[in-house]
Amino acid sequence: MTALRLALAYARRRPLSTLLVVALLAIGVATVTLTLLLSRELADRLTRDATGIDLVVGAKGSPLQIVLAGVYHVDVPPGNIPLAAIGELRANPLVREVIPLALGDSFRGFRIVGTEPALVAHYGATLRDGRLWQAPLEAVVGSAVAAATGVGVGAAFAGSHGLAEGGGEHGDARYRVTGVLAPTGTVLDRLVLTALDSVWAVHEHHTGEEHDENEAEPEREVTLALVRYASPLAAATLPRAIDRDTALVAASPAYETARLMTVFGAGLDLIRAFALLLVVASGFMLFVALAQALEDRRYDLAILRALGASRRRVASVLLIESLALTLVGTVAGIALAHAAALGIGLVLPDAAPLSAAARRWLPEEWAVVALALGAGILAALWPAWRAMRVDVAAVLADN
Amino acid sequence: MFELTNVSHGYGATHAVTVPAWRAGAGEAWLLAGPSGCGKSTVLHILAGLIVPAQGTVVVAGTDVRALSEGARDRWRGCTIGLVPQRLHLVGALDVRDNLRLAQSLPGMPQDDARITALLAAVGVAHLAHRYPRELSQGQAQRVAVARAVVNRPALLLADEPTANLDDAHAAQALELLRTQAIEAGATLVVASHDRRVRPLLPREFALPVEDEPLFAQRDAETPRSESRGRLGASAPSVKEPGR
Repeated sequence: MTALRLALAYARRRPLSTLLVVALLAIGVATVTLTLLLSRELADRLTRDATGIDLVVGAKGSPLQIVLAGVYHVDVPPGNIPLAAIGELRANPLVREVIPLALGDSFRGFRIVGTEPALVAHYGATLRDGRLWQAPLEAVVGSAVAAATGVGVGAAFAGSHGLAEGGGEHGDARYRVTGVLAPTGTVLDRLVLTALDSVWAVHEHHTGEEHDENEAEPEREVTLALVRYASPLAAATLPRAIDRDTALVAASPAYETARLMTVFGAGLDLIRAFALLLVVASGFMLFVALAQALEDRRYDLAILRALGASRRRVASVLLIESLALTLVGTVAGIALAHAAALGIGLVLPDAAPLSAAARRWLPEEWAVVALALGAGILAALWPAWRAMRVDVAAVLADN
Repeated sequence: MFELTNVSHGYGATHAVTVPAWRAGAGEAWLLAGPSGCGKSTVLHILAGLIVPAQGTVVVAGTDVRALSEGARDRWRGCTIGLVPQRLHLVGALDVRDNLRLAQSLPGMPQDDARITALLAAVGVAHLAHRYPRELSQGQAQRVAVARAVVNRPALLLADEPTANLDDAHAAQALELLRTQAIEAGATLVVASHDRRVRPLLPREFALPVEDEPLFAQRDAETPRSESRGRLGASAPSVKEPGR
């Protein structure tokens, strides 16, 4: 008959109050943990997608818009830039690598990106199936695209105009899938990659009728350029030089991402503060439950002392009871949060990497456990102290 | 077995109980007599080491109870004293068997389920081992409380008003159970009772004096001893012992 067994027997004795305390704590802990998982996954993803991209160069527009469109593929790009600008950037000794991107079409909500194989290499992606594109209108799809649309090597599809679903189809220019990428956990999973030529071909074909056959080749354009510096020195001069000397805008993903995180962060902090309030509230609930139990159990505590339990032993029963309930609530809450993250990742294809994050244990979760157990100890302190002070003889003689 | 000498202790708001001298031998069965409110429970609690009296010496089973630290006294009580409180106080969250296990484990005695099984059979509640206290009748609960009190084979078994609210037949049974279990455990038995029916069932009696007025003087720690003694002499408890 350990103190733990006795504590659990008491907890079983009042199932409703026990359940309420545990459930409230579990919800609080789950919310805190889920915000931790989400913000970590968000930060990781923003970092992962932007890794190795020092600068995104685009047409005049907001730098945040350029980064969102060029790195995360969530916003529309501000406009196009001449292909010549890519050549100029490549000629710059401060630049190590330039990857051009041509945006504009999508396939069932997934963006079709005209680019060079360097983009695939940049994210370290490998082919799960087939081969990279070699000719215009050949495409390679990311793993999430393949999973969501069911297209595989050999499939053909038409891109629709615009970056969202429901634009007019380019029905006469059909892409053929030549490869499927293995999952990378980056934005690449959600992209359809093709050659720059494909994008040009689709759009020229589209508007070709209006052009005079004899006209000179139309001026080639791309949408954005991802730039990697040759040396850290470039950070000091290159963006300013581009902004000053050209009609282009240079945006730093690191800087814009940090700005973005402060916006998201404020929201997550608010949710977390609310969740902490839940944990504190469940601590109070636990305190009330224990204080109530103390009154109900004055005779029990006295008889424990009469049977040979020391003051400390009696206090430890309440403390252990509180800790046991807190531990159950905390474990349930953390399990709930991980299950929720896993579920969200499975249900929402865009959040798929969250399933992977759900299988991870964050160091911050130790802080959540410590916080909850601390609340449990705090809630039990006063009732435990009162239990120690019970006047055994007076209680036993009170007839 | 135990010896109280010049013990005096205040209880309640205005009362005090005094025991100039009371010696009991091993295996004896005593009635601690006196009307309601005369301090019988207080004397039982002094014998159990639950109360350290303001004055006097308490030696139980060779141990000077006052000399023990509080923690040591708790352990000592768990091993040496079996207490059957008037309101029994079985732990409601635990079944009958676990109530007895609790009594074994609290003072750190090894768990002995065979002893518990045998004991529950001996007091006639073997079939109730897995019942909870609220499912027991008053008589069954008392049997369990007695079993719990003797599970550690105490040297001294104390029972507070065990016959209160019992009819004659059940009162006699309760006393018989206490005596049998005290003998079985090798314990000295002290039954505190104001019940006249108990008197013929126990061979020895120690009667606490009836207090005709509140003893403010005795509750005051500053009071000179001589005055207390004067009062003690005036209402000295009577001791009835057969064959002495």
